[in-house]
Amino acid sequence: MQIYLPIAEVSVNIFLLLGLGGIVGVLSGMFGVGGGFLMTPLLFFIGIPPAVAVATEANQIVASSFSGVLAHLKRKTVDLRMGTVLLIGGLIGSGLGIILFNYLKALGQVELLVQLCYVVFLGMIGTMMFIESLNAIRRSSKPGGAAPKRRKHNWVHNLPFKMKFRVSGLYISVIPPLMVGILVGVLAAIMGVGGGFIMVPAMIYLLGMPTKVVVGTSLFQIIFVTAFTTMLHATTNFTVDVVLAVLLLVGGVIGAQIGTRIGVKMKAEQLRIWLAIMVLAVCGKLAFDLLVMPAELFSLGAGGHS
Amino acid sequence: MIRLVVLLLLLAVPAKAEEIVLGLSQDEVAITATFEGSEILIFGAIKRDGPVEVPGDLGVIVTIAGPDEPVTVRKKDRRLGIWVNTEAVEIEVAPTFYAVATNRPLDEILTSTEDLNTRISMQRAIRSVGATAESAQNFTDALIRIRASQGLYQTIPEGVSVAEEALFRALIPLPANLTEGDYVAEIYLTRDKRIIDLYTTSIPVKKVGLERWLYNLAHENPFLYGLMSLSIAIAAGWGASAAFSAFRR
Repeated sequence: MQIYLPIAEVSVNIFLLLGLGGIVGVLSGMFGVGGGFLMTPLLFFIGIPPAVAVATEANQIVASSFSGVLAHLKRKTVDLRMGTVLLIGGLIGSGLGIILFNYLKALGQVELLVQLCYVVFLGMIGTMMFIESLNAIRRSSKPGGAAPKRRKHNWVHNLPFKMKFRVSGLYISVIPPLMVGILVGVLAAIMGVGGGFIMVPAMIYLLGMPTKVVVGTSLFQIIFVTAFTTMLHATTNFTVDVVLAVLLLVGGVIGAQIGTRIGVKMKAEQLRIWLAIMVLAVCGKLAFDLLVMPAELFSLGAGGHS
Repeated sequence: MIRLVVLLLLLAVPAKAEEIVLGLSQDEVAITATFEGSEILIFGAIKRDGPVEVPGDLGVIVTIAGPDEPVTVRKKDRRLGIWVNTEAVEIEVAPTFYAVATNRPLDEILTSTEDLNTRISMQRAIRSVGATAESAQNFTDALIRIRASQGLYQTIPEGVSVAEEALFRALIPLPANLTEGDYVAEIYLTRDKRIIDLYTTSIPVKKVGLERWLYNLAHENPFLYGLMSLSIAIAAGWGASAAFSAFRR
């Protein structure tokens, strides 16, 4: 059954959209990633104009993250204090990101920049996580092996403005989480994603937060940053397609609930290795597209100032 | 003497010996939530003053053009191992939709001079500026190729059927990805490759119902629209969470 999307101005199969929303929703709930880094390219593939895909995806991430965070709040696996610090950074970063995005759009190479961003960040993080989780699994499978030790002291612990984060069991400076928030905000605005795939590893490896609270806390931050981004897109570019968003989020919120429950049953190391594999797969596909000669060398863009 | 000249002129230029009388299957195209594309049936008759005298082959050309919009066509090239956009050509006049249906191949029923003046053929309907003529041609070809693959540009050489040299009909398919606006349908009648009559009509293509309402809200009251989108998202997220905990109890 086809449905016509009023803002995207294309006709798409309803069940395809529900299915995409559902699959990405499950992954979102399992890993605490918004799923935007998967959904946005998928929407491009089915013919949604990129500007609409990016803006609508932001709105959809709000729904799936909200659904996910409620499940985490019930289990008290959200560090609200840490989430707020990350959020302040995120809003600053999102504003900076939009300015940077518009500047690069004027230069005419924004599409390439977005793709390169995806390849570089996904590649780096995927590889890092993959190696870490492999080591963790190897350590824990050794008979009588010690529990995996986290480095207790790095430069993060020597910065001023320390704050107590009780849920995470941390006493660290607010500067690193603020910086992480800003970086995620910038990337969210440029790449049209929630930024969870950057934030989750940063929280684990840089801030040293326990894996258990990382997912809920990142979802908490993502809700507000993507809501802010949605409003920016809706008021400046008129590119949020509410019909598309509703269809994606019907599948998405249900998927997220299922995903959250699967995530609880899986071991942290397992969870991380699967996330790493997924991130690397998306990275590989995007890199492949950049390196292989495209079937159609020409592309159409809106007229006016290119 | 003057009367004779006038009479001779009247004889030399018999104003509209043949004329088009037209019908359309629909006056407008309404884009609804379940819009999957449509088709327009254009039919008509050729009205004649006197008995059928055939001074040359009859040609019927039906064109439908969507609103014009400038388009930037970009070309990718390999730089440092990756494919990036390197060249761009701005095409000033490019209809968002264009279909040409004829009863026989266009070059058999229209001279190239007439085509140049009326811009009927696909190549003539699209004009570009900038760049050299030769490279601009590649970009125009690319535009036609890409839009043709989306069903937006169509050349239908035998799309018009003519019966008894008097009745004609053409069925033009419209894809789902139409741009809103007034679509101009033109029907040309040719004899011996020259245009002898032209009939123009317009078919509005517009969103209706919910589609119209959402589109207007998004453009006229974007802040409210944004808040509405967010509320729906939050409500859906909360609803799913509540529903699932109810199931688990």
